Amino acid sequence: MSMSEAATRPMGEIVEDVYRAESRRVFATLIRLLGDFDLAEDALHDAFAAAVEQWSRDGVPANPRAWLVSTGRFRAIDIIRRRNRFDASLPVLAEQQGTETIDVIDWDEDEIEDDRLRLIFTCCHPALSPDARVALTLREMCGLTTEEIARAFLTPPPTLAQRIVRAKAKIKNAGIPYQVPSHNELPDRLDAVLQVIYLVFNEGYSASSGESLTRADLSGEAIRLARLLIQLLPDAETMGLLALMLLHESRRDARSSADGDLVLLEDQDRSLWNRDQIAEGTALVERALVTRQFGPYTLQAAISAVHAGAQNPAATDWAEIVGLYDVLADADPSPVIELNRAVAVAMRDGPEAGLASIDAILDRGDLADYHLAHSARAELCRRLGRTADARTSYERALELAQQEPERRFLKRRLAELDTLT
Amino acid sequence: MKYMLLIYGAEDAIDDNEREACYGKSSQLAHDLKASGQYLGASPLHSVSTATSVRVRSGKRMVTDGPFAETREQLGGYYVIDATDLDEAIGIAERIPGAAWGTIEVRPIVELPNLPTDAT
Repeated sequence: MSMSEAATRPMGEIVEDVYRAESRRVFATLIRLLGDFDLAEDALHDAFAAAVEQWSRDGVPANPRAWLVSTGRFRAIDIIRRRNRFDASLPVLAEQQGTETIDVIDWDEDEIEDDRLRLIFTCCHPALSPDARVALTLREMCGLTTEEIARAFLTPPPTLAQRIVRAKAKIKNAGIPYQVPSHNELPDRLDAVLQVIYLVFNEGYSASSGESLTRADLSGEAIRLARLLIQLLPDAETMGLLALMLLHESRRDARSSADGDLVLLEDQDRSLWNRDQIAEGTALVERALVTRQFGPYTLQAAISAVHAGAQNPAATDWAEIVGLYDVLADADPSPVIELNRAVAVAMRDGPEAGLASIDAILDRGDLADYHLAHSARAELCRRLGRTADARTSYERALELAQQEPERRFLKRRLAELDTLT
Repeated sequence: MKYMLLIYGAEDAIDDNEREACYGKSSQLAHDLKASGQYLGASPLHSVSTATSVRVRSGKRMVTDGPFAETREQLGGYYVIDATDLDEAIGIAERIPGAAWGTIEVRPIVELPNLPTDAT
């Protein structure tokens, strides 16, 4: 920060910039030093309030982050002392805080970087409920407010606030550690983190039109989180997940019409696809694939990249997609993957072959309540001219579908069937 | 931190021979935990068919046959351990033989300051 810049910009704005860039890192470090989420949050706010005052007088320090951590820590001691007047059980903590001082000049950058990893792993700990993991991650890692998260998840703010309070209480009382998991636990624990990130993304991606604005932000947060995670802990599946999200996100403008109706992949205007996101996503898939340590996210991203690489639907390499689904079904068997594979088979070998696979899944009793299984079946029946079967399946799909754009799409398809008969 | 690890499972999930083997492995685990300074106590419990429930309502004692709740999975034993954090406690829970067929509930213990120390 040059002197002239400092002189021309109000200190409030400068501190706001620092807040945006540094507040989550400072917070993550304060949690480690103070051992308490709420105390760290109070200390963080006190530190930034002090910054506005002191930086106006003395100028911005050379290392604002170190200054904020150090100040936050001293403020925490004040907070504890104030509380101690009311709570006699805390003097030990105050003493501990008072005897150690943070060395601002010689602090360990690696340790500090690891603090954000500790925070991610703690927020996504499997001992917390999935809902709580998502809420905590958005609140503590992304710095969203409780109101913002509640709005994005269509949850009443008091419900969400309580979820966060309970989760923090569990972290404290059950002794959920603030640490990066050990080597042998890491794959499972990382998987839990990726699940949270993907959940956040999908919440923002499969949006109804009315909420599309707030929810697109959620997808953006998920992508930012994945980028940060790759930077902190490079892993093939994290790259695969980021690739998958970027490739999905690249179609955002094409996947719904101006009036919010759903547009299927094959009907999308491919000139609306975001080329930068496709290029980045495809490059990430390739990087993940060469590691040979990839998993389901990378494979799904690879499938998405094949679609992204096709100039038009007819040019899609369906054989490649079926092949990737075979590998995926091996790595992560599930009826939903079988269903997607069946649709790809229909594109490669004709609707009859695909329909046989879908009927096999439904006859087994799997996916009976999954609307996409019935709409896929309806679609193939329609192509085969089996209008009555198509109608039955579209109607079943409509009964099960929750999202308004999907329901409108199914109603439109049903109306089109009427014009055929 | 202190944790209680409660072992829940269907009582008919294992037969008598398997139960004997389970007691053996559980005792070994208790010794291993003792050696690593994490052991505070452990015991299997007799079947819920031996359980008696006691309630006092309006000053009147009521005694009934049977457990607190009639469920398929019942409390069959416990460990009390000392662990640095939940991850360590989960790691110990995983080693309890009953985890292979039942469920181990991990509960942090409220440490009251003025309780008597170990019974002697």
